[in-house]
Amino acid sequence: MVYLTRKAEFAASHYYHNPDLSPEENRRIFGKCNNPNGHGHNYTLEVTVKGEVDPRSGFVVDLKQLKETMHTEVLEAMDHRFLNKEVPEFLTRIPTTENLAIAIWQRLSPKLKAAQLHRVRVYETGDLFVDFYGEE
Amino acid sequence: MKAYLTRRYMFSASHRLHSNDMSTEENVATYGKCNNPHGHGHNYVVAITVSGPVDQSTGMVCNLTDLDGFVQGEIIARFDIENLNMLPEFASVIPSTENLCTVIHDILQRGFTQAHLEMVRIQETMMNSFEYAGGGAMKF
Repeated sequence: MVYLTRKAEFAASHYYHNPDLSPEENRRIFGKCNNPNGHGHNYTLEVTVKGEVDPRSGFVVDLKQLKETMHTEVLEAMDHRFLNKEVPEFLTRIPTTENLAIAIWQRLSPKLKAAQLHRVRVYETGDLFVDFYGEE
Repeated sequence: MKAYLTRRYMFSASHRLHSNDMSTEENVATYGKCNNPHGHGHNYVVAITVSGPVDQSTGMVCNLTDLDGFVQGEIIARFDIENLNMLPEFASVIPSTENLCTVIHDILQRGFTQAHLEMVRIQETMMNSFEYAGGGAMKF
């Protein structure tokens, strides 16, 4: 089994708010991230796929297909967007880095041919990232 | 759904690698420049990985404010701008980065209860790093 990781970057804004909680509770839990006008990050996405090396091509996966899928499913949907307002998943889910990793997994997983998705890693900043490996 | 969150922190400290069980020559042969009696320092970068189900009401594995507060109070405040050899943790344990990893893992394991501790990774320099998962298998 060989693992291959492809990286991409996107910039987006978000804020954290749970409508089921009071304004005070929201501020207590989410602090500055509760500002409804949002704030932004330069996200770095790392997608790791795994598979056996194809003896004919020497590839685990067609990198072009992986790159295009990441572009279509993630970058076109999320780059330079306000996640809470423009990405359907986050109309009902809080766009934390945890939920972003899960949403990206759910977008990529059914679209990838040949190779199997192993891990989605999303860096919100250089000091914070989340890994998602699918349902465990 | 289970997710893994990694947060990176930094502190600076000095240490000297020296074993009282070894002769002077053996210490020099084993630790080289790190055996310098006056010690030397590093900017340590500590990455802490915790895991757990993503709480549906917050979207979080654990609140970063809690993790940051714990690490600041129990780890950074304890080790930053210190000589590790002078601390009780290293009175009889060599302050190698391997041992620093296990000491920091133990502090988190005992005191941080808001999420499951997966791993502590310490980068001593840009060229070397150490990881400890409490004896468990490393997930990558």
